[in-house]
Amino acid sequence: MESRDKILELIKQNQPEAKSLPAVTINSVISFEDNYQQFKTVLESIGGKVELVDSIDAVKDIFLAETSSGKMVISTIPTFGEIDQKLSSYTAPQLEVLERAYLQATLGVAENGSVWLYESQMVNRLLPFICQHLVLVINKNAIVPTMHHAYQKIDVARDGFGVFLAGPSKTADIEQSLVIGAHGARTTTIFIVGS
Amino acid sequence: MKVGLFIPCYIDQFYPNVGIATLQLLEKLGCDVSFPLNQTCCGQPMANSGYASYDGGCDKNFVNNFSGFDYIVAPSGSCVLHVKEHLQDDANKEAALQIRSNIYELSEFLTDVLKVKNIAASFPYKVGFHNSCHGQRGLHLSSMTETVSPSFSKPLQLLNMVKGIQIMNPKRNDECCGFGGTFCVFEEAVSVKMGKDRIAEHDANEVDYITGVDVSCLMHMEGILKRNADKIKTIHIAEILNSQL
Amino acid sequence: MKDHASLAQEFITDEPRTDWHDETLWFVRQKRDKAAHGLPEWEQLREWASGIKDHTLSNLNTYLTQFEAQAKANGIQVHWAFDGEEHNRIIYDIIRKNNIERIVKSKSMLTEECHLNHFLQSNGIEIVDTDLGERIVQFRDEAPSHIVLPAIHLKKQDVSETFHKHLNTEKGNNDPQYLTEAARIHLRDKFVASQLAITGVNFAIAETGGFVVCTNEGNADMGAHAAPIHIACMGFEKIIPKAEHLSVFLRLLARSATGQPITTYSSHFHRPRPGQEMHIVIVDNGRSKQLGRKDFRNSLKCIRCAACFNTCPVYRRSGGHSYHTAVAGPIGSILNPNLDMKANADLPFASTLCGSCSNVCPVKIDIHEQLWKWRQVIVAEGYSPKAKTISMKIMSMVLARPAVYRFSGMMARKMMRLVPGLFKNKLNPWYKQREMPEAPKDSFREWYLKNKK
Repeated sequence: MESRDKILELIKQNQPEAKSLPAVTINSVISFEDNYQQFKTVLESIGGKVELVDSIDAVKDIFLAETSSGKMVISTIPTFGEIDQKLSSYTAPQLEVLERAYLQATLGVAENGSVWLYESQMVNRLLPFICQHLVLVINKNAIVPTMHHAYQKIDVARDGFGVFLAGPSKTADIEQSLVIGAHGARTTTIFIVGS
Repeated sequence: MKVGLFIPCYIDQFYPNVGIATLQLLEKLGCDVSFPLNQTCCGQPMANSGYASYDGGCDKNFVNNFSGFDYIVAPSGSCVLHVKEHLQDDANKEAALQIRSNIYELSEFLTDVLKVKNIAASFPYKVGFHNSCHGQRGLHLSSMTETVSPSFSKPLQLLNMVKGIQIMNPKRNDECCGFGGTFCVFEEAVSVKMGKDRIAEHDANEVDYITGVDVSCLMHMEGILKRNADKIKTIHIAEILNSQL
Repeated sequence: MKDHASLAQEFITDEPRTDWHDETLWFVRQKRDKAAHGLPEWEQLREWASGIKDHTLSNLNTYLTQFEAQAKANGIQVHWAFDGEEHNRIIYDIIRKNNIERIVKSKSMLTEECHLNHFLQSNGIEIVDTDLGERIVQFRDEAPSHIVLPAIHLKKQDVSETFHKHLNTEKGNNDPQYLTEAARIHLRDKFVASQLAITGVNFAIAETGGFVVCTNEGNADMGAHAAPIHIACMGFEKIIPKAEHLSVFLRLLARSATGQPITTYSSHFHRPRPGQEMHIVIVDNGRSKQLGRKDFRNSLKCIRCAACFNTCPVYRRSGGHSYHTAVAGPIGSILNPNLDMKANADLPFASTLCGSCSNVCPVKIDIHEQLWKWRQVIVAEGYSPKAKTISMKIMSMVLARPAVYRFSGMMARKMMRLVPGLFKNKLNPWYKQREMPEAPKDSFREWYLKNKK
C-alpha cells in the first residue's frame, strides 16, 4: 500500500482549496421538435440505418426468417423465442462466426444517435461487438433529447457493463478516410417501434 | 481628452509612417495627443521569451512616460495586450494598474471610446484583412471562429467606413501568421511556412494589400512577400483610415 | 537530442506533405467547429466541464478514495503506481503470475507515457496494439504522432507498404477500405486468442467505482470482453464525481476531437463478467507534482480530445514527432516540462501564443497562458540557452534606457542602409526566407521632433 498512501498524501498536500461543484441545469440545453426525426437524421449521418415499424413482431419475423439462413444468428430479445441458456458463457472463439445479433436497447438519444444497452440486454458482453451485423430495437417513446436526459433515466452501475452505442464500428485512421467496419459490427440497424 | 501615443519600438524605428498615420488620425478625430519622448518598448520581447524578470527597467520607463493620461493608444494589438497583462512597477503600483486599464489598441479606441461612426477616408483597393491573434483572441477585437458567440469585428467595422475599399477575408479567417515574437527566428521554418500559407490565401483573393492592427504580423508577411516578389503590399489599418486617395 | 525547431524544419522539408498534414487536420478542426456551433449551449458546456474538473481537482484525495472503495466493492482489483516504472511492473507481475503470452491493448496514452510496450518487449513480451492507427505505427516501430489519430503523419501509400510487409496485402493497393479490412481480419485473430486486454480509461466515476472507455473502432470492447483478464490504466486525474457528469463530458469529447456527436462506443465498466479478472492501475507519474504547481495544475483537467492539436498552426505544420514526447501538441507542451524540464525545455517555445488552443479546449485549460508561464519557469531554472540569455540581458538593458535605445536604433538603421550585408546574411534566421524591413532615415520620434514640436 506504500504507493497508494504516498500518492494520496501528496495529492492532499498539493490540491487547491475546495471549489464548489457547478450545478448542471438541463432546462437550458438544446431541444428538438421531433426526437425521433433528430435521432434518425443523426444516426444515418454516422452510418447507422433506421427503420420505423408499427410492432416488434415485424422485427421478430425478420429474425425468424434469418435463423434458417445457416449462419449464426442470435437474439436476446425474450419475445423472439427462447434464449440460449449457455449464451452468457460463450467465449470469443465460439462467437467469432456470429453473423447477426438482435438486441433490445433501453433508450435512444436524439442529439447523437446512440442507444443505451445494459449487459442484461446483451446477455453476453461480446455480442454487440463481435457480430458482423447488429440489429437493435427501441421504443419510439424511449428516445430522449440529450445525454443529460439519458443519464437521468439509466443507472450505469445497475449491471456490470453498459454501453452507449452509436452506429457501426468505424475508423478514419488511414488518411482520415472514413471506413465503416473496423473491429465491431459492420452495420448497425435500429428498428424503432411505434407510430 | 488627453491621449498618450505609444509607438512601439520597432514601429518607431522601422515603420514611422504607421506612427504618423496614427497621430494624424487621432488628431483628426479631435484628440489631444502627446507623444512622451522617452518611451521605448513594452517589454514583450523579453517576457515572451521567458525573461519577464528582465522587464523591470523597461516597465519602469513605460510607467514614467505614460502616467497621467486619460488614455494611452498604440497601433499594435500585441504590445497593448502585453501592457494590459503584465506591466508592473513596484515603486509605482497604482500608476501601473491605471495604465493597464487605460491602454487601448487603436481600432478598439476608435470604436469603443471615440465611438466613431464615420471616417472621411478613401482607399480604392482590394484589401485582405489579417486578424492578428493578440488583438483578436487577446483583446477580443473580433469574434473568433473557435467560440460559439455572435460575430463582430471592430477593425472591420472601421474599414467598412472607408470609401472605395473592397475587403476580402482569407479562407481561414483567423489563423496565425507565424510571427510570434522571437518565434520568428527560433522556429524559423514553421514561422515562414505559416506566413507563406497566410499569403497564399490572400494571393488567391487577388488583393492589392494585406492590412491588420499589428505591424509585427505585417512586417513578417512583408518580408516573405518581398522575398518572393509578390505584388501584394502590406499596410497598417491606421494608414488606410488616414488615407485620402 | 534534436529540439522541436530542428525536427519541425526536417518535417517541413517535404512541403507538399506538410500542406497535406495541415489541410487534413484543419479539416478535423472545421468538423469540430461545425459540431460546436450545432449546440447553442456549447460555451455553457465548456464552463460546466471546467467547473466539474476544478471541483474534482480540489477534492481529489476524497474522490480517489471513494472510487477505490467502490471499485473494490464491485470486484475490481485496484493498484496504485507512483511512477511509470511501477505501472509497468504491476502489469508485468500480472502477466507473469498468469503465464500470459497473448496481449491486446487498445489506445492508452498513459501506457505510451510510461513506455509500457518498450518495457514489456525488453522482458520478452509482445503486446498487440489494436487501434488501427496504433497498429500501423507499431508495425513501423514509430510512436503515435497524435493522441486521437496516431498515424495522421502517414499517407495511405505508407500504410499500404507497411501492411504489404507485415500482413502480406497486395503491393500497391492503397485503398483504405481494403487496408482496414486486412487489419480487421488480422486483429480479430488476436482478439479471439488474447489472454489479457489492456485498455485506457476516459473517465472514472467516484460515486460508482466504474470507468468509461470510448472508441470508434470497438477495439477496447473486443479486447476487454474477449480476454479472461482486463487491466485498465488511468492517470489519477481521470476521476469525475458522479455518473451524471458523464453527460457533460461525453457531449464535449467526440465533438471536440473529431466533430462526431459521440464516439461509436462509450463503454461503462463496473464489474468483471463472471470468471473474469478486472484490474485498475491508478497512476501518478508526476501528476501530484503538477497538482502542486499553482500555475499549471489545471492542465490536469485535460480529457485528451486533441482539439488543441488540430487547431494549432504550429502542430499542423511540424507534425507530432517534432514534439519528441508521448503527448504532443499544445497540451503536451504544458504537461511534459513537468515530467522532465530539461529534456522538454524547448516545447513551451514551440508556439506563437496565438491562443487558439485555449479557445477550443472543452475544459477551458488556459493552455497558451501556461505556455507563457512555463517559459518563465524554464528560464528561471536555467534551461534556456546561454546565448539567448545574454542577448535578452543586453536587449532589456538597452530598452530600459531611452537614450541608449535611440542611439542603438539610429545606428542599426544606419548600418542597415550602409552595410546591408551585416544583416542580409546566412547567419540571420530572419533573412533566410524573408527580406529585412526598409530602414528609414528618421524614426517616428525624429519625425515628431521635426514636425510636431
